[in-house]
Amino acid sequence: MSVSWATADPPKAVPAGRPISSSSAWRAALLRQTIGIAGLAVLLVLWWGGTKLIAAPGSFLRHFSPLEAVTTLGRLATNSDLPIHVLVSLRRVLIGLGLALVIGVPIGLAVGRSALLNSATSPSFQFLRMISPLSWMPLAVMVLGVGDRPIYFLLAFAAVWPILLSTAEGVRQLQPAWLRLAASLSATRWETLRHVVLPGVLAHVLTGLRLAIGVVWIVLVPCEMLGVSAGLGYFILDTRDRLAYSELTAMVLVIGLLGFLLDAAARGLNRLVTHRH
Amino acid sequence: MIGQTILEANAVTLRYDGDQGNVLDPFDFALKPGETIGILGPSGVGKSSLLRVLAGLQQPSSGAVHIRGQALWGPHPRVSIAFQDPSLLPWLTLERNVAFGLDFKHQPQLSRAERARRVDEAIAEVGLSSARNQFPDQLSGGMAQRAALARCLAREPDILLLDEPFGALDEVTRSQMQRLLLKIVSDLGTAVVLITHDIDEALLVSDRIVLLGGSPARQIGEWTVDLAKPRDDDVSELGRLRVDIVSALRRASPAHHKDEAHAV
Repeated sequence: MSVSWATADPPKAVPAGRPISSSSAWRAALLRQTIGIAGLAVLLVLWWGGTKLIAAPGSFLRHFSPLEAVTTLGRLATNSDLPIHVLVSLRRVLIGLGLALVIGVPIGLAVGRSALLNSATSPSFQFLRMISPLSWMPLAVMVLGVGDRPIYFLLAFAAVWPILLSTAEGVRQLQPAWLRLAASLSATRWETLRHVVLPGVLAHVLTGLRLAIGVVWIVLVPCEMLGVSAGLGYFILDTRDRLAYSELTAMVLVIGLLGFLLDAAARGLNRLVTHRH
Repeated sequence: MIGQTILEANAVTLRYDGDQGNVLDPFDFALKPGETIGILGPSGVGKSSLLRVLAGLQQPSSGAVHIRGQALWGPHPRVSIAFQDPSLLPWLTLERNVAFGLDFKHQPQLSRAERARRVDEAIAEVGLSSARNQFPDQLSGGMAQRAALARCLAREPDILLLDEPFGALDEVTRSQMQRLLLKIVSDLGTAVVLITHDIDEALLVSDRIVLLGGSPARQIGEWTVDLAKPRDDDVSELGRLRVDIVSALRRASPAHHKDEAHAV
């Protein structure tokens, strides 16, 4: 029997959201980027106008102009401890997120799998989630002492909720057909987890991770203002104490820039994994 | 008798917890090597539940299923099952979907080379060699269902259980898939149990047709279709059988009369 019909139906067109291939898609992406950069330029002009045009000559505000900030940033980047402070902060973020993943993903898997556990934990989680992580700060310092450990705790506490809740939602959205397939192939519980559940919820975990990065980055700076001697939060207070206003503005810029890059990295990771879905 | 059958159901019944009566009344069934049996019946009669029992995915409430004379207690490595939903995992390429499960603990242990050979052959058998590196969202419905069939074939099963596998496909694709199924059976000699509500599909591919009907479901008829395959040209003989089956269905379940008349 001929099998020519077996390849008769062609692959469907590649859906939107896949890696850009055609030149028109490139142009659209380029246009989006250009508009985004133009928006940033407007922000810069507003900043500059606010500190140079609106503020009176000799005003305190004039210390915070973009030109001074950028010049100072260049000096700080090459000629100070700034890179060390950045690395210290990033290490704390990574450890905090790591702890949140290690705690949040397994609990999220369990909660997503069991309706009983979900009912039992949901009010508690909603309650805990709504407490600002910073309000635990005095308690964390009392229990864990001064240093990095209370910061790890606070960052992990801030990051665990979005990861946990996204993971649980991912488990609920697993297709029953996938689990039935695993059962029909005599998969063990571990094989079902490893080959169906974990890859199936990965996109949701990464969405949770991206939300967590946003929260952690916001919580990080105030956390570092207490009982530590390095990190971006510490450095901000230090510049204030030294009345080094252009350095303070430069630090605000650095914090914004690093947060932007972290979010971009999380989005990139998300796209890398989910473009196959 | 046991020596000649590879899959046998003896007085299998099915009832759900809390329910008063049976979903399935005592059902007997025997499948010979290389044979294709079509289990036909209206939607909702319990065909899929029966197939789940034959697959070992569900234990019968009473009675027993035997494979080569051995009682079945769970999914069997020599039995493959395909559903209406191709159930491809979207994060795996077609090739890795076909290979899915071959290295599971309860499957026969295969060398890496043997696994690769089986996957290659299964993909070639369903005519998808050129699409092996594509992801499921790049495949048409017919291609996805062919990939699901290839995943079954890669396990080199003695028995293929198919639960309305072509039900969601358009007319033309369904007809292609039926021909593919005939080719697989003639190439590999696999025994097949095909669940369907489509009388014509059952007539085209089955050696025997078992008709389920009534509530609780029971066997209300059985026909041997003794015609060479493919049978697209045997219109008159198939038409006579078809009339037989439709009238048996009507007698068994007048309530289903209207639905069936539309379905067929």
